[in-house]
Amino acid sequence: MNFGFTEEQDLLRSEARKFLDERCGLDTVREITEDASGPGFSRDLWKQIAELGWVGLTIPEAHGGAGLGWVDWVVVLEETGRSLFPSPLISTALAAHAIARFGSEAQQAAWLPRLANGSTIGTVAVLETGQVPGVEGIDLRGRASADGLTLSGDKTFVSDAACADLFVLAFRSETGHGLALVEAGASGLTVEALPGIDLTKRVGRLSLDSVRVGADAVLEAADAEAVGALLDAGAVAVTAEATGAAQAALSLTVSFANDRVQFGKPIAQFQGVKHPLAEMYVDITSFQSLVYYAAWCIDEGHEDAAIAAARAKAYASDVFPRIGIDVVGLHGGVGYTWEYDAHLYLKRAKWVRPAFGDADWHYDRVAQLGGF
Amino acid sequence: MDFDFSPEDEAFRAEVQAFIAEHAPKPGDDAGVAKWHAAVREKRWVGFSWPSEVGGGGGTISQQVILKDEMSKAKAPSLGSCFMGLAWVGPALIEYGTEAQKKRFIPDILDGKYQWCTGYSEPDSGSDLASLKCKGVRDGDDYVVNGQKIWTSIAMWSKWIILLVRTSGDGTKHEGITCLLVPMDSDGIEVRPIQNMSGGSMFAEVFFNDVRVPVENRLGSEGEGWKVTVSALAHERSSIAEVTGLQRTIGSIRELAARCQKNGKPASEDPGIRRRIAEADTKVEAMRLNGLGALTRQLKDASLPGETSVNKLHRANLEIELGELAVAIQGERGPLDGAVTEEDGKWQRLALNWPEVVIGGGTPNIQRNIIAERMLGLPKD
Repeated sequence: MNFGFTEEQDLLRSEARKFLDERCGLDTVREITEDASGPGFSRDLWKQIAELGWVGLTIPEAHGGAGLGWVDWVVVLEETGRSLFPSPLISTALAAHAIARFGSEAQQAAWLPRLANGSTIGTVAVLETGQVPGVEGIDLRGRASADGLTLSGDKTFVSDAACADLFVLAFRSETGHGLALVEAGASGLTVEALPGIDLTKRVGRLSLDSVRVGADAVLEAADAEAVGALLDAGAVAVTAEATGAAQAALSLTVSFANDRVQFGKPIAQFQGVKHPLAEMYVDITSFQSLVYYAAWCIDEGHEDAAIAAARAKAYASDVFPRIGIDVVGLHGGVGYTWEYDAHLYLKRAKWVRPAFGDADWHYDRVAQLGGF
Repeated sequence: MDFDFSPEDEAFRAEVQAFIAEHAPKPGDDAGVAKWHAAVREKRWVGFSWPSEVGGGGGTISQQVILKDEMSKAKAPSLGSCFMGLAWVGPALIEYGTEAQKKRFIPDILDGKYQWCTGYSEPDSGSDLASLKCKGVRDGDDYVVNGQKIWTSIAMWSKWIILLVRTSGDGTKHEGITCLLVPMDSDGIEVRPIQNMSGGSMFAEVFFNDVRVPVENRLGSEGEGWKVTVSALAHERSSIAEVTGLQRTIGSIRELAARCQKNGKPASEDPGIRRRIAEADTKVEAMRLNGLGALTRQLKDASLPGETSVNKLHRANLEIELGELAVAIQGERGPLDGAVTEEDGKWQRLALNWPEVVIGGGTPNIQRNIIAERMLGLPKD
């Protein structure tokens, strides 16, 4: 029985933290993300984290990755979350995860090395406008043609859509659901970046007007269950980043409360300040435990994988937005300024809430999966 | 990360399961319960975590977790019947007691010969326990105790009380406290039961009027009472038994929701009710995992001070929420009592008895202070 990390995982964490602190502090994050004409991330840092092995962390070694598991991956994501590191890391890794799990050997050989080394940026496109974050909400049609599939429909809230070279796209066909690989620039595909309040997370929407892909672009083993598993994996990844971001927001507020003096003493001495901070600690610790377990379940192919992901994302989606608000509020006026960093976490929380399903959606899944 | 137990631990789990199958009494079988207590005592599963020299089981931490988990899952009777003796009087004796005190009290606690109660809170000293005023004045070979305790659970059925008294007003308020072990039939002790809001009486006021306590009944040195108390309260980290208990309650509430109607349909189909059940289920799962994290750190000897407060806060919130939910599910029968309600008023009693868990052992606001000060390093008020 050991619900903790190995020495290697602790080392991975401290290396990730050191790299991010040194190369991409919040000043740099702002520089990168506030540049309206830029891609929203640094290609230079992207190359460096690919070389460190973060992008291909869970990709099998045979295909150029590090062959590690989701528990290791969560360690890195907590750190990128803590730093609000802007990059298409989760998107690319999820695309790779889908190909590694549901693609043919040829598909894996064709795509995984390029995703692992960062030369191809990938993302997953599942969500559509009906606000149903599950397989049930997929209406984008795939019609079988002689040499493959013709895809028509729309996707929204696609992370890193504007910079992605490859989309792993969920569709519905006569025979069921599936995942197709669509390359940027495909004829009939329109990609539109959407303005967002969290500048560290870029999203966009896709419009597909009879986009034709070959049979080799349909992931072999992907069915409705596979799409569900991909959504769960996305929920786990996003929640892992949320734990890091929420912890950073809490520690920023703790430092502020220790320094800020009012009525002749640090405001950290007032229970009106202490108690909300304690509540944040309880909630963050709790959804962190839930996401660790969910990651472990993915690695083990455990039967709890779906409900564990739902519990983690439900809890995080419910409390993180509130934490963002309290973090800003406890700072008083300075928290409201653009210059101070508190709002960056509030905005991240607003992005986290709907990503791969909000609390309403996931608590409903907990009830269903738990047999209520 | 690895949730499997070692083969030795799994063998122990199998032994526990087999034992329960053979010995656990059926509901209402009082003779069976007595036999159960003798059998678990024989196994040394009472005081399982205590060193074998004092008659405990000397069980490893992981075996303690397995034992509790299996007992709770099987709804087996308790391991031992001297509740406070097992919870903190025994651990305090093991750490601070003289050889004579250990010999005198520990076997009786393990055998469940009688009950202990706990004389900590006073009318003016609740959350601020260290401000207590009940006085112990040394007079020859005795302490003479004068003062009052309150919220003393099961005082009316206890043979002994573990008592905190003020023996000095010098130094910090913590330094002047001493721990005494006092027979409840001593001259000058008066017990007055207090009726709680559910109508029952579990706790009492206890008055001390020139009660003479021999010095040999002092636990720890004079002025060491605070340390004795705190160390004894701080050893259980896994919350495993609470988690299984809460899971069972949620299971019963799901059955309740399936039986009760809301808006012309089973309440179990109501989105609001389902959401509340799912949230409670998720918080209990978070408690389970938080507990396993704390247990992992305990096994590595790296426990974080105050970490148990996280699960204590969850538990407090859940105790209140589950009672509320179960009463809400019953709709207009929620505020009724007795046979017209579900399960003869069981849920109404739950909804009226949460303070026993939520207030006893540190209020939620005290837990928030502990988290803020020990986990986040914020200054004291």
